[in-house]
Amino acid sequence: MKTRFAAEAATNPLIPHTAELIVGFIAFTLLFLVLRKAVVPMFEKAFAARTEAIQGGIEKAERAQAEAAEALQSYTAQLADARGEATKIREEARVQGAAIIEDLRSRAQEEAARITAQAHASIEAERQAAITSLRLEVGSLATDLASKIVGEALEDQARQSRVVDRFLEDLASEKGRN
Amino acid sequence: MRAFAFEGGFVPPSTADFNLPPAFGNSAFTTKPILLVFLSVILISVFFIASSRKALVVPTKLQFAGELIYGFVRNDLGKEIIGAEFMRFVPLLFSLFTFILTNNIFGIVPLLQFPAMSHVSFPYVLAAFPFIAFHYVGIKKQGLGHYLKGIAFMPGVPKAVYILLTPIEIATFFLVRPLTLSLRLFANMFAGHLLLLVFIMGGDHLIKGVIGLKLVAPFSFTLGVVMTFFEFMVQCLQAYIFTLLSALYIAGALSDEH
Repeated sequence: MKTRFAAEAATNPLIPHTAELIVGFIAFTLLFLVLRKAVVPMFEKAFAARTEAIQGGIEKAERAQAEAAEALQSYTAQLADARGEATKIREEARVQGAAIIEDLRSRAQEEAARITAQAHASIEAERQAAITSLRLEVGSLATDLASKIVGEALEDQARQSRVVDRFLEDLASEKGRN
Repeated sequence: MRAFAFEGGFVPPSTADFNLPPAFGNSAFTTKPILLVFLSVILISVFFIASSRKALVVPTKLQFAGELIYGFVRNDLGKEIIGAEFMRFVPLLFSLFTFILTNNIFGIVPLLQFPAMSHVSFPYVLAAFPFIAFHYVGIKKQGLGHYLKGIAFMPGVPKAVYILLTPIEIATFFLVRPLTLSLRLFANMFAGHLLLLVFIMGGDHLIKGVIGLKLVAPFSFTLGVVMTFFEFMVQCLQAYIFTLLSALYIAGALSDEH
């Protein structure tokens, strides 16, 4: 502990030492230059890189979010389109179905009318045929019957013909009444 | 007790204890404080170059430690106080803070155990840097005439008050600021070191004394340890205050209304 010099005991601590002023200036300037040149730019670089990394991450997330929103919007729009399309198709189908039913109905009616007409025609023809065949058959049948009933042969051609005509007239007038 | 101590030949620590002989040789440039100052420059440079060299986005522990100190000076002392133009002054503030902090802490590092800032020459030199810096930016920003007028004749004050205010303002800007800046640092380090000397040298003396004094010695040493912790706080605080005031002076010169 005997480090003090008696000769320096009276030194005023507020008076600077020249050597220390010089050393202090050189040392601090040196430190200042080193820190300014080599340290501060490197720390700033690290800070900037970090800020950029964080901001980049945020921007990326924002971009992804925007893309997702866009995709959702596009899907929603597509869905709405599809719904509209479906409604339109259904409507068209309904209209077409109604038209088809209408068409079928009218065709069926036509067919029915045609069949009915045909039936009428064929019935008429058959009736005519029946009348013709009846006229012949009834004539001969009636003549045969009359000859049998009368018991004598009506050889006489003229008389036979008269009898038949009279019979047919009766028949015709009978039919006219029906 | 005091009488006992002096009987034993106790010499209380004095200002002379700060004038150490040259560590080697016989030069004024090889004294302990000068060697410590150089050591601090080497240590600070090596530490910060090593921690900032890689400039990684995800820092290592070393880089994180360096960034913690740098970020504190840059943001809390630079950005917060100076504002938009702070980046220009960060190297100066960063150098001041690390230089003062390291040299102060040397005061309680075993074997080194001497705060260079208790030699007033170093605070004088250190105060000169922010002193020149804030006058320089003030003149550059506002022009010499406008800057000096702003100091001597503070706007918005009745004319009669200038008789009193002008000398005070001129003294504040050109004398009080650099002097208080350097003397505050010097006095704190000086007094702190003296305080540690009192308790530790006192304890050393007591333990060599009679049996009664030997029993008291541990209390003196214990207080020396307690004061060492206290000193650590003061050392950090003084480095912070010096840098903070430098930043405030620069911010004041940058803003127009003084």
